[in-house]
Amino acid sequence: MTETSPGPLKHTPLHALHRELGARLVPFAGYEMPVQYPTGILAEHAQTRTAAGLFDVSHMGQVRLTAKPGHNAAKALETLVPGDISGLLPGQQRYTQLTNETGGILDDLMVTSTGDHLLLVLNAACKDADLAHVQKHLAATCEIEPMFSRGLMAVQGPQAAQALARLAPSVATMKFMTGAFVMIDGAQCYVTRSGYTGGDGYEISTPAEATEAVARKLLAQPEVKPIGLGARDSLRLEAGLCLYGHDIDTTTTPIEAGLLWSIGKERRVQGGFPGAAVIQKQIAEGASRKRVGLLPEGKAIAREGAEIAIGGKIVGKVTSGGFSPTLGRAIAMGYVERAHSATGTKVDLLVRGKPAPAEIAPMPFVKHAYYRG
Amino acid sequence: MSIKYTNEHEWVRVEGDVGTIGITSYAQEQLGDVVFVEVPAVGRKVAKGDSVAVVESVKAASDIYAPVSGEVVEANAALADSPGDVNAEPTGKGWFFKIKFSNKAELDGLMDEAAYDAFVKSLG
Repeated sequence: MTETSPGPLKHTPLHALHRELGARLVPFAGYEMPVQYPTGILAEHAQTRTAAGLFDVSHMGQVRLTAKPGHNAAKALETLVPGDISGLLPGQQRYTQLTNETGGILDDLMVTSTGDHLLLVLNAACKDADLAHVQKHLAATCEIEPMFSRGLMAVQGPQAAQALARLAPSVATMKFMTGAFVMIDGAQCYVTRSGYTGGDGYEISTPAEATEAVARKLLAQPEVKPIGLGARDSLRLEAGLCLYGHDIDTTTTPIEAGLLWSIGKERRVQGGFPGAAVIQKQIAEGASRKRVGLLPEGKAIAREGAEIAIGGKIVGKVTSGGFSPTLGRAIAMGYVERAHSATGTKVDLLVRGKPAPAEIAPMPFVKHAYYRG
Repeated sequence: MSIKYTNEHEWVRVEGDVGTIGITSYAQEQLGDVVFVEVPAVGRKVAKGDSVAVVESVKAASDIYAPVSGEVVEANAALADSPGDVNAEPTGKGWFFKIKFSNKAELDGLMDEAAYDAFVKSLG
């Protein structure tokens, strides 16, 4: 979990609150972030799956793009990502990736259209490089406004809607992957119905100075408890969602990662994004390797870096692995050669040098529960 | 009977020629929720410092090293089904394995409770 970068650790607007709540704070992507609160990761995970959890994700990079006169921000952004951004109606949100010239992934991100602007949410560890990349390529066509000091919180779980709707009734009817400006506790926030747990929930972008008050309002709801990065990781792994720098990076393409669904149908044909030639060839012919789910038979946990073998021959590598609190068993994901990627294929995961039998399994491991109206 | 401690946050409860080994309350707190424990096979000969068991929390895997040399004479099989015992009772039901000492003098190099408490305090 720990990712370090040089220099003193930065704080989010909720740092003092984390301390007050007894969080264990660790360095993560240059920030001091809560990995867990006193109840522990298993309890926090269960809380999020059965009620609602509040996550501080203010370390992520929020950037606003606005078209310069005579230009179109969505068209401009499409030169950097394979997603269908032009097709976003005001209030719609989409998941996409910043790609490089070889079709690798520089970062994965959420893009929401407000009608007047595009709002991007970038990974914390990538946000400075992403911003420089966007500035380099889009400065002529877009106003690029980093909003790195804003707060960003996720409230996730089956009771997230009832809890947040008590503070802002309009969120109740929002659908998955839509966004809206919403007043919460007197502050103008931008709320999207999205998240990183596979469950229902919202992400709430707040003015920095209003973040702690909104967080306290949310934590005052009986359904909501604070959740750290530890459970955030186990929740997203159960949901089969990629973690940048682990399951996807500059050496993996969206096709290898199983993210074809996030590439617009027209864009698959027309290209016009970095690495389009590589990605289009993989769409047509298939990639040589694929991201797959892995279910170990036993209890040993195969973690990132564990090799995947068939009959003693290495055919891939685990990129994320851990314990699924919901299923009460070990789960993992990784890349295998395409010839061995079919569901049900028996493999061995090499855990501390010993083969642990496992089977290639469909993802998500825990069914998604998005609210689609 | 006496209890000795290592700077790897293990405890050894000494009863005659056999030591019962587990991890301290400080260690289980640092690890967080334990979800899997791999204990050594009975009969295995181990040297002080060998990696002999693995404890996995939700976050990470950690090696457990033999605090003394000897032969594994018993392992806590119950941990396979209730790894949470390590969190709930780290010095009781959460024990890992027992070693029959081959060189009891090695125990002299370990800390007593007062020294261990001071060591933990020094970690802040």
